[in-house]
Amino acid sequence: MVEFLQFTLSGISFGMIYAAIALSLVLIWRGTRLLNFAQGGMAMFTTYIGIEVIYHTGSYWAGFVCALAAGVVLGTVAQLAVIRPAQGKPELNAVIITIGLLVLLEGLAGIFYGGQFRSFPAAFSVTGLHVGSTALGISRFDVFVAAAVLVTTLLLAVGFRYTTAGLRMRAAAFNATVARLSGIRVARVITVGWALAGLLGALAGVLVSPSTFLYPNSMDTIFVFGFTAAVIGGLDSPLGAVIGGLLLGVALSYAGGYLGSQVTALVALGILVVVLMIRPAGIFSGAQVRQV
Amino acid sequence: MSMRAPLLRILGAAVAAAVIVVILSIKLNAFRDYQIAEIAVYVIAIAGLTVLTGLSGQISLGNGAFMAIGAYITALMLAHLGWPFVAVLVVAGLASAATGAIVGVAAARLRGPYLAGVTLMLGVALPFLAYVYPSTLGGDQGLNVVYTQPAFLGANFPLTRWQAWISSAVALVVLVLLANLGRSRVGRNWRAVRDDEVAAALAGINVAQARVLAFVVSAACAGLAGALLAIITALVAPGAFTITLSIALLTGAVIGGLGTLMGAIWGSLVIVLVPTYATDVATSHGLSTAVASNIPVAAYGVVLILVMLIFPQGIQGGVLLLLRLLGISAARPSHEASRADAMPSAGEAPARPHEKEGTQ
Repeated sequence: MVEFLQFTLSGISFGMIYAAIALSLVLIWRGTRLLNFAQGGMAMFTTYIGIEVIYHTGSYWAGFVCALAAGVVLGTVAQLAVIRPAQGKPELNAVIITIGLLVLLEGLAGIFYGGQFRSFPAAFSVTGLHVGSTALGISRFDVFVAAAVLVTTLLLAVGFRYTTAGLRMRAAAFNATVARLSGIRVARVITVGWALAGLLGALAGVLVSPSTFLYPNSMDTIFVFGFTAAVIGGLDSPLGAVIGGLLLGVALSYAGGYLGSQVTALVALGILVVVLMIRPAGIFSGAQVRQV
Repeated sequence: MSMRAPLLRILGAAVAAAVIVVILSIKLNAFRDYQIAEIAVYVIAIAGLTVLTGLSGQISLGNGAFMAIGAYITALMLAHLGWPFVAVLVVAGLASAATGAIVGVAAARLRGPYLAGVTLMLGVALPFLAYVYPSTLGGDQGLNVVYTQPAFLGANFPLTRWQAWISSAVALVVLVLLANLGRSRVGRNWRAVRDDEVAAALAGINVAQARVLAFVVSAACAGLAGALLAIITALVAPGAFTITLSIALLTGAVIGGLGTLMGAIWGSLVIVLVPTYATDVATSHGLSTAVASNIPVAAYGVVLILVMLIFPQGIQGGVLLLLRLLGISAARPSHEASRADAMPSAGEAPARPHEKEGTQ
């Protein structure tokens, strides 16, 4: 029973990281109908920037803020430099460009920082929390991870719901042509979407790296599970991304805990297949209208 | 060797390619022979994927999994049964095709990113079976593959040259078969399903069957490629079949020119030769190991981005454009490579309906 509680709590902590990646993919998908395969690579790169700042200033929070800022800059620059020029070309081209961007970032990280594993500091203690004498299986830092993603998600939700900029973004995602006719600069809105996705990715990178180490490919697995979470939830639904991330995080935590870490990917595949058999466009997909 | 070329031209091109491969493999050194074999393996796998994604309109980020199936079956059969390699190849292809049928049935309802998600997860998850059954599949260390050149060539015949020959021979057979399949009713059905599913169904095409068949063909090709990869690397281990491999296959298909078999060849050349070339350049300039080993990675990323921006139809599209600009009449643009130009005159709708759904 104690074990079950421990697996659940640590699953929630990891699930929130998958949720952050899933949410960043959803942001870009809603704006441009594009899967950003560079999302994990961008997060890896901004985490390196964060670790360098921490190393030189000695302050975790300076590194934290710099990594998030770098995420915003990287998202914006990537969209303006290589994604926008691909508009109007066959749609797989943009996907391959994001793969190219991923490969480029991994190469650059290797050139600048080397390929060795680096440990990333945690903001808070990573020793396990206890209730009475029962170990909860999570640390203060895990609580911070879940809280940080939750707060960011809520801020985004409030921003989308109650600000003019959020209304513009929702309008552009809902119908780009009509939004453009109503005077919304859709291209700019899409760039803002990339900037926010960069921020979320950077947050996920900083939060996950204390438990995975940092190296040029360190975000690959996180990206795959984040993508899986987004697909499970439905790529059009931000709520679906968060729920999908949590579901996957908890399920994989049970699978890894009870069955061993070598089966987690197989379990993820099983969950994905079962969910999509029942809901081919994710749990939170609306009614599908396929145009003829 | 476009999908529309008549049979004689296809066979002629295949014979010419075979002659070139034989001459190259004799003139070049063992490392280059290994590269020829490697390129041939990629050609087979990418040709299968370009049929699936380019002709039938279904994306797969997991064809590396089918390659793993072919490779492991080859390793197990060569170690335990001692069958001739051709028989092993056939079994590997059939087993992968059967898996492709299962995946195709599961995928038939999925579109765009959802299909991408399932196939990606398949590519990530399947190699983990090696860790789950370490006694049979060798775990992390993998299985050794012992396969030598046939006795009639003599003991002094270089093994790498034989590997280049057999891989290229299989590649050419696969290309000829796919070129014919693409021109047949099956290929026309795939294009119809890709361009408009509802119209295809109304025209009497069994859409689900066409989509599943494309997965079967694609998986069979990947299985053959995996079997050949097993003998040229002499080792089958989960580390060889990561998500990187599956993504490299899709990348090769798209930058070569999606839906064209020539594109599969261009894509394979880029995947194999660009990193090697960049490594040679980097090491010859006396850079540190960390830099020298990562410059090829970064350069490869830049190549991917630039090709996609400069040649939207891939390298094959660029080649056709160049030939047309030079006024070479033989370079009549194929349907696949010049879709954008052909559309208004053919009276088709300006946009395919599922384009809105993203990466179909």
